[in-house]
Amino acid sequence: MRWLDQLWMQVRMLLWRGNADAELDEELRFHIEQQIAENRAAGMDAEEARYAALRAFGNPASLRDTTRATWNWARLEQFAHDLRIGARTLTRTPGFAVIAILITALGIGACVTLFTVVRGVLLKPLPFKDPDRLLMLYEHSTPTAGGGDFPYSVVAGGVYDAWNKENTTFSSMALIGGNQVGLSASGGQLPERLNSANVSWNLFPTLGVNPALGRGFTSADDSPTANGTAVLSWSLWKRRFGGDPSILNRTIYLDAKPYAVIGIMPAWFAFPFSNTQVWTPVYHEVPESIMSHLDFHRFRVVGRLKPGVTAAKAVANLSTISSRLHNSQLNNPFISAAAISRPLLEHMVGEVKRPLYVMLAATACLLLIACLNVANLLVARSAARRKELAIRTALGGGRMRLLREHLMESLVLQAAGGGAGLLLAYVAINWLVHTRNDIARVNAIHMDGVVAAFTVGVIVLCALFSGLISALNTDDKQMLRTLHESSRGNSAGGTRARLRKMLLAVEVGLTVMLLMGASLLVKSYQRLRSTDMGCITDNVLTMRINLPTSLYKTPGPAPMNFFDTLLQRVRALPAVQAAGFVTTAPGQGYMGDMGFTIKEHPPQREGEGTVAINRSADPGYFAVMGIPILRGHTFDDNQRLDHANETIISESFARKFFPGEDPIGKHLLVMGDKLYVIVGVVGDTRYVIGEAPKPIDYFPLYAGDVNRGTLVVRSNHNVEQLAVPVQRVIQSMDRDLPVADVLTMDQLLGKSTLDQSFNAALISAFAVLSLLLAAAGLFGVLSYMLAQRAGEIGIRIALGAQREQVLRLMLADGLRPAVMGLLLGLAASAATTQFIKAMLYETQPLDPEAFAVVAILLIASSALACIVPAWRASRLEPMRVLRME
Amino acid sequence: MGKPSDLVQGTLDSLILKTLSLNPMHGWAIAKRIQQLSSEVLQVQQGSLYPALHRLEQQGWIRGKWTESESGRKVKFYSLTAAGRKQLEAERANWNRLSAAINLIMNEA
Repeated sequence: MRWLDQLWMQVRMLLWRGNADAELDEELRFHIEQQIAENRAAGMDAEEARYAALRAFGNPASLRDTTRATWNWARLEQFAHDLRIGARTLTRTPGFAVIAILITALGIGACVTLFTVVRGVLLKPLPFKDPDRLLMLYEHSTPTAGGGDFPYSVVAGGVYDAWNKENTTFSSMALIGGNQVGLSASGGQLPERLNSANVSWNLFPTLGVNPALGRGFTSADDSPTANGTAVLSWSLWKRRFGGDPSILNRTIYLDAKPYAVIGIMPAWFAFPFSNTQVWTPVYHEVPESIMSHLDFHRFRVVGRLKPGVTAAKAVANLSTISSRLHNSQLNNPFISAAAISRPLLEHMVGEVKRPLYVMLAATACLLLIACLNVANLLVARSAARRKELAIRTALGGGRMRLLREHLMESLVLQAAGGGAGLLLAYVAINWLVHTRNDIARVNAIHMDGVVAAFTVGVIVLCALFSGLISALNTDDKQMLRTLHESSRGNSAGGTRARLRKMLLAVEVGLTVMLLMGASLLVKSYQRLRSTDMGCITDNVLTMRINLPTSLYKTPGPAPMNFFDTLLQRVRALPAVQAAGFVTTAPGQGYMGDMGFTIKEHPPQREGEGTVAINRSADPGYFAVMGIPILRGHTFDDNQRLDHANETIISESFARKFFPGEDPIGKHLLVMGDKLYVIVGVVGDTRYVIGEAPKPIDYFPLYAGDVNRGTLVVRSNHNVEQLAVPVQRVIQSMDRDLPVADVLTMDQLLGKSTLDQSFNAALISAFAVLSLLLAAAGLFGVLSYMLAQRAGEIGIRIALGAQREQVLRLMLADGLRPAVMGLLLGLAASAATTQFIKAMLYETQPLDPEAFAVVAILLIASSALACIVPAWRASRLEPMRVLRME
Repeated sequence: MGKPSDLVQGTLDSLILKTLSLNPMHGWAIAKRIQQLSSEVLQVQQGSLYPALHRLEQQGWIRGKWTESESGRKVKFYSLTAAGRKQLEAERANWNRLSAAINLIMNEA
């Protein structure tokens, strides 16, 4: 408890210093009074007793001082004093202070921003109950013998059912399916598309989350015969329903079916995706036939481990069940034989982990560069103050005292910079959270106590770092020499310049590393964006339409009629060159595949299967998108409803499954029941930018078995202008039909490469900043050396040195640290770029072009920074310089 | 008997702690008490008494408290804390060791 007493004393002394002084006086006065009383008792008269007492007491002022020195705030007072001196020296050179503070603010601001993001997204535990017991569960599929390994496959409904019922290792297990639903127009609001999740009733209890309002699902809600129920996200409730609690138990229409709103989730709840807005029970939504499939992989499963059960044991338990299912139907190769898991957090943020850590490392580099720059400035300044420091040392100024002043000055700088940086970080985080709300767990990004502590820690570290570098540079053994030297003042500060050059070399090295990272990411992004998608991407407009199954039943004529009419009307619009419809356009993702067998080929061995991505398209689609028809023809006009029996395959499909054969006229048996004849081969398209094309087979849209997909419209120019007229056509056909993702192909591809462009842009910004800082450092050092060596150079010129010689001399002096740093940085980059290998697309970490670009850029900007002081040196007027001595 | 001696360097703290181990008292009384117990040999100078008292208080070994004396005047009474009691034991042991050693040397025949 002693430390507590001590702390209390310190606080008291600090806060009530005046009081303490008065108390001390009172205490001493009492002592004297006692002495007087004693003297009186010994027989002295009043006057004599008083004098004797004061005499015995000694000097009260000195006594008061010695006593006060024992009070602990003396040390604090000293600190405040140093702080005042530090601040005062800084205000004497406001230009220097402002520059140093700005540099620090940038460095600390960037670093704190990234730390906040990393902490929010990656480090904070998930806001669920006992989140470390939550596992994301997947099937581990190997559908084709020798055809590859597919870990982390999504789970089939029937498999979940078996896992859920038979496992002994999970306290509960929930099913999650993603979907989009149309919320019908109501109360004067337009219909809109919502990101919904179909979940088993026990999802919320499994996660340990309760709705903020109303109730969650019950097992009774989660059945095909139950009435529709829906839980809304907090933001949807606020935005669409004005935060009105009476929405509970009211009916809303999703895809034209009635749902009672039973609950509102808390504002922070964002699962499975950060943009999920509505939850509905999966067994109510998805037909029983699909839910019982063992090979229709479409769901995610989250499980809560029983206490004391390890993930490995639990997964082994599920694998046993899967293996039994697999073995029960050996002729179906698409039933997985094993299970696999990963922690829920990793599932949610695994993709952003590496980019975020790379960014954090980049900001740490930037911060280090900023620190080095400030240290450099401080060294320069202490060099300018050498004489003053030397005199102070000569007069008996303590080394500790000088060191403390150095540190304090740097602390004041860093604290001011850190404060500004914190503001900067606050703004940056707000901006980031608003522009990148697609990042997983974006709503967990907050500045809090830990971030504040981190900032303080960074400030102190930076202050120590830059302060110590400059302080250790003032060696008091050389102080006397300084005094001699400065009276002659010809070529001083050689050692100082050497240290500054070393700092610069390190700074340049770090800059080179950042530049390398930036140039690789930019190059990779450019490669990505210039990928040939296999189709036209200019002036193509896309929009997604999902017809509600309740009104447009599949299979049936309703969707066929809708699409037929829609395309006719859109094609009739002025400025529309062509229009088509496809379930999933290039770049929109993988979506789905189908197993098939080729009738003309020998039957596959049991347990083997072949799959290809499947799409449904209208006959005009290939022409709209400019996908070349390499052989055969597009779908015939008679390919409607039950008559549909044609299929068109992509080039890679033909290459993979019909090597050295003509595929036209061959037959595909799809999903084991329906026979299609191949009538055409079309060019490959990429299902997502950055992935190699995969085999695709197309089926006739007018078969009437799909009711959702993407409308594609092409025009000569300004295709964006067509967005409104096309949507008006759709509204005229069905007032309640929302249209989603109205994007040109360019925008669509831009959106899917947002991560890459964001990363490249951010790292480039950091790299440019650090290049500027390094150039400024070079400029500063060379200018300083020029000032120091003016006399020497003057003499050289007076003795006949050529001005070009002087120019060359100074340039070489300035460029030496740059070249050193460049070599250092390139060598380090060769190692560090390996870390971003996974973030690069068709770009090697040791890309020679990138290395060359960085080297040239760096040398050019260093030369630019050096040329001005060097040129000034060569223009020196020797007479003037020598006269100034 | 000659002039009252100044205290042996560094022992004032121990003496104050020892004095206070009996009962709380104010600065004046501490000085008197030390004088008395040492049969007037040791004289505590005010110039060192009060800094010592404040130092001990800062270190948490004694605690000062303002109380009214019999005469109705506010007086600062010092008392020993638990940590102070421990410190006193340590210093007493140290002193015994030291003084025994010094005795050995001084009285060697």
